[in-house]
Amino acid sequence: MEPFTCFTAIAIPMDQDNIDTDQILPARHLMMPRDERYGGYVFKDLRLDQNGNEIESFILNQEGFRPSRIIVAGHNFGCGSSREGAVFTLVDAGFRAIIATSFGDIFYNNSFNNGLLPVVLPEETVQRLRQQLHDGPGAEVTVDLESQTVTGPDQSVYPFEIDAHRRNRLLKGLDAVGYTLQYEENITTFEEDYGDKAPWEMSATLR
Amino acid sequence: MAQPRSLFEKIWERHSITTNEAGQTLLFIDRHFCHELSFHAFNMLHGNDRKVRHPERTFAIPDHYTPTTGLDDADYVDGDTQALVQNLINNAKRNKLNLFGLDDERRGIIHVVGPEQGITQPGTIIVCGDSHTSTHGALGALAFGIGASDVSHVLATQTLWQPKPKSMRVTVSGKRSIGVTAKDVILAIIGHIGAAGGTGHVIEYAGPVIESLSVDERLTICNMSIEAGARAGMIAPDEETYSYLRDRPFAPQGAEWEKAESFWRSLPSDSDAEFDREVTLDAASIEPMVTWGTSPEDVLPVGGRIPDPALETDTKRQDILNRKMDYMGLTPGQQISDIKVDRVFIGSCTNSRIEDLRDAASILKNRTISIPAIIVPGSGLIRAQAEQEGLDKIFEAAGVDWRPAAGCSMCIGVNGDFVNNGERCASTSNRNFEGRQGRGARTHLVSPAMAAATAVTGHFTDVRDMEQN
Ligand code: SF4
Repeated sequence: MEPFTCFTAIAIPMDQDNIDTDQILPARHLMMPRDERYGGYVFKDLRLDQNGNEIESFILNQEGFRPSRIIVAGHNFGCGSSREGAVFTLVDAGFRAIIATSFGDIFYNNSFNNGLLPVVLPEETVQRLRQQLHDGPGAEVTVDLESQTVTGPDQSVYPFEIDAHRRNRLLKGLDAVGYTLQYEENITTFEEDYGDKAPWEMSATLR
Repeated sequence: MAQPRSLFEKIWERHSITTNEAGQTLLFIDRHFCHELSFHAFNMLHGNDRKVRHPERTFAIPDHYTPTTGLDDADYVDGDTQALVQNLINNAKRNKLNLFGLDDERRGIIHVVGPEQGITQPGTIIVCGDSHTSTHGALGALAFGIGASDVSHVLATQTLWQPKPKSMRVTVSGKRSIGVTAKDVILAIIGHIGAAGGTGHVIEYAGPVIESLSVDERLTICNMSIEAGARAGMIAPDEETYSYLRDRPFAPQGAEWEKAESFWRSLPSDSDAEFDREVTLDAASIEPMVTWGTSPEDVLPVGGRIPDPALETDTKRQDILNRKMDYMGLTPGQQISDIKVDRVFIGSCTNSRIEDLRDAASILKNRTISIPAIIVPGSGLIRAQAEQEGLDKIFEAAGVDWRPAAGCSMCIGVNGDFVNNGERCASTSNRNFEGRQGRGARTHLVSPAMAAATAVTGHFTDVRDMEQN
C-alpha cells in the first residue's frame, strides 16, 4: 500500500449527500478481478450514458475538473454496500483523499486499507470549500496527514481529527495482517480462555 | 457495584483481546460468512501465502450470482457468473471452510441461512463482506459488514481491529396497528432518523413493539440498520429467541445448550445502561410505507403524496428533490396510490423468509396479478417449507413466477434477474439507490403484503383495504 503523507491536487466539489457505493461503482462491475481496469469505472453511471457518451452535466466531465484527485462531498459519502471495489475504483482513477462531513462506516474503514484518506470536516467548512472550488474550477487543495490539516484554495488551514492507529498505518503504508500478527500470542491466549468460558462456542461450529 | 452495561458493551468486552495505544480494540470474531464477492479477499490471502486460521468458523454460501430459475449451466446469465460461483466453491474446498454448495438444500441468502441453521447465536460477533450482515443482530449478536481487506484479515487472524462505535437505542412504543409489518416499522424508523442517522453507532431496537415481533420479523428490522447508516443493529435475546434457536442444526445441544442459554440470559442491557443517543417512536403513527425516492429515507405512508420541490425554501434541497423526482419519473404532489407499477419482486435477505411468503400468499390467494411478479425464497429449506404449505400453488394460481432456486436475485440484479431501464418495481428488498436493481431501474421499497397487493392492482395499494385470505 502506498503511504500517505501530504497530498496536493485539484479538487472537485460534489454537492449531493448520500453518494452511495452503487453510484461510485455500479453492482454489475463487481466481479472484475483486482487490476488496473477499475479506474475507468469510477462514477460510471453518473459519468457516461448508456451509449458510453459523457453526460455533460456531471461535474467530473467539465473542463477544469477533469484532472481532480481530491473530492469534496456532502454528508454520508460512500454509504450503502461493503464493496471495497468502490475504493479500488476511486484509487485507480487517481483519487487520494475525500473530504466530507461524514462517511458510510464500511467505506471509511475500507479507505484506509487502500491508501485513500477520508477526511471529516464540519459542514460549514466543507460548504465553503465546495463554493471556492465551484468559483474557480481547477483550484488546488492540500491534505496533510502529518500535520492533520487541509489547506483550501484561499490558503485557509483547517485541522481535522483522525484515529491514531489508522493515521499511523496510512503514514507508513503498513499491511494490516502483518501488524496484527505481532499480537499472535494475545490471540492464542484469548482463544484458550474463551474455550474454557464458553465451550459451546468452541465446538458449535465443528459439527 | 459493576458499571451498568448494554447488550452491545457486554458482547464487545467479552470479545476484546487487547487494545492498542491508539485506542482500537482487537476483537475475536466468532463466525464469518463468505459469498462470491469474497474472491478479492481470497486472492489477497493466497497472494500473501497466508492460511485460514479457523476454517471451521467460516461459512461459504454462494447467493449473489446464482440463478433462480434452476441451477443448470443454462440457467446462469453467462459463463463469467458461473465461474465466479465455482471460484467460491473452490476457495471453500481449498481452505476447508464450511460450504453450503449448489446441490445443498440448506443453501440460500447468507443472512437467511445463518439464523435458519442456528449458526447465528446470541452474544457472538459475526462479520461478512456484506453490509446487510447487520441482519444477524436480531438474535442478540453483534454483526456487521466489512470490506475485502478486512475479510482477508479475518480469514488470516480470526480478529479485527475496531474503534468502539457509539451506542443508540431506538424504542418503538405503543402498539402496531393491523396491516403494519416489521418492514413498515423499520422504514418508518429510517424515515425518522435519516439514512445517516445511525452513522458510527450500533443501534439496539427495544420496547414493546420490538419484543412482540417474531424472529423472522426481527431479522427484517435489523437487516435495514445499515440503511440508517448504522454499524450494526441488535435486539436483546428473549424466550422468542431461545425457542427459535432450540434444535437448530448448529445450535448448542444437550448440556451445552443449558450452559449457553444461561449465559445468553445475562446478555440483555442492564436496566440502567446508558446509550449515547436515545430515539423513541410511537407505533401508532406507523402505517404501511412506500419509498418514493432514491434513498431509503425517502419514505411515506401509502396514503401520502410525493413532495413538491417548489415548496422547498433551500435551493440545494430543491435540486436534490428535483433530481430524485426526475430519476424516479414522478410528479410533485402525486398521490402514492396513483403510481403505476411495472413489476414486483418479493425476496431478498430483508423479506424472503417463510412468514414473508405467508404474508404475500394471504393477499394473493384467490386473486390474480395484473403485472409481472416474481417470488424468490431465501433458502432451499424455505422453498421446501412453502411448497409443503401449498404456498407455491397459491402463487402459481395467481400468475406469479415462483422461482425454484434461492438467492439474492433482483435485489441486486447481477444474476440475470433485473429491472429494465425506466421500469418501476415494487420490491421487498432494502435499497432503492439509483441503478440498484439494474441501470435506470426505479425501485420502491415495500413489505411483502404491500408488494403482493400492488401485483394484483398494478398500482400501490393500501393492504388494509384488501381482505386477507
Ligand atoms: S439479498 Fe440483496 S441485500 Fe441481501 S445479501 Fe443479497 S444482494 Fe445483499
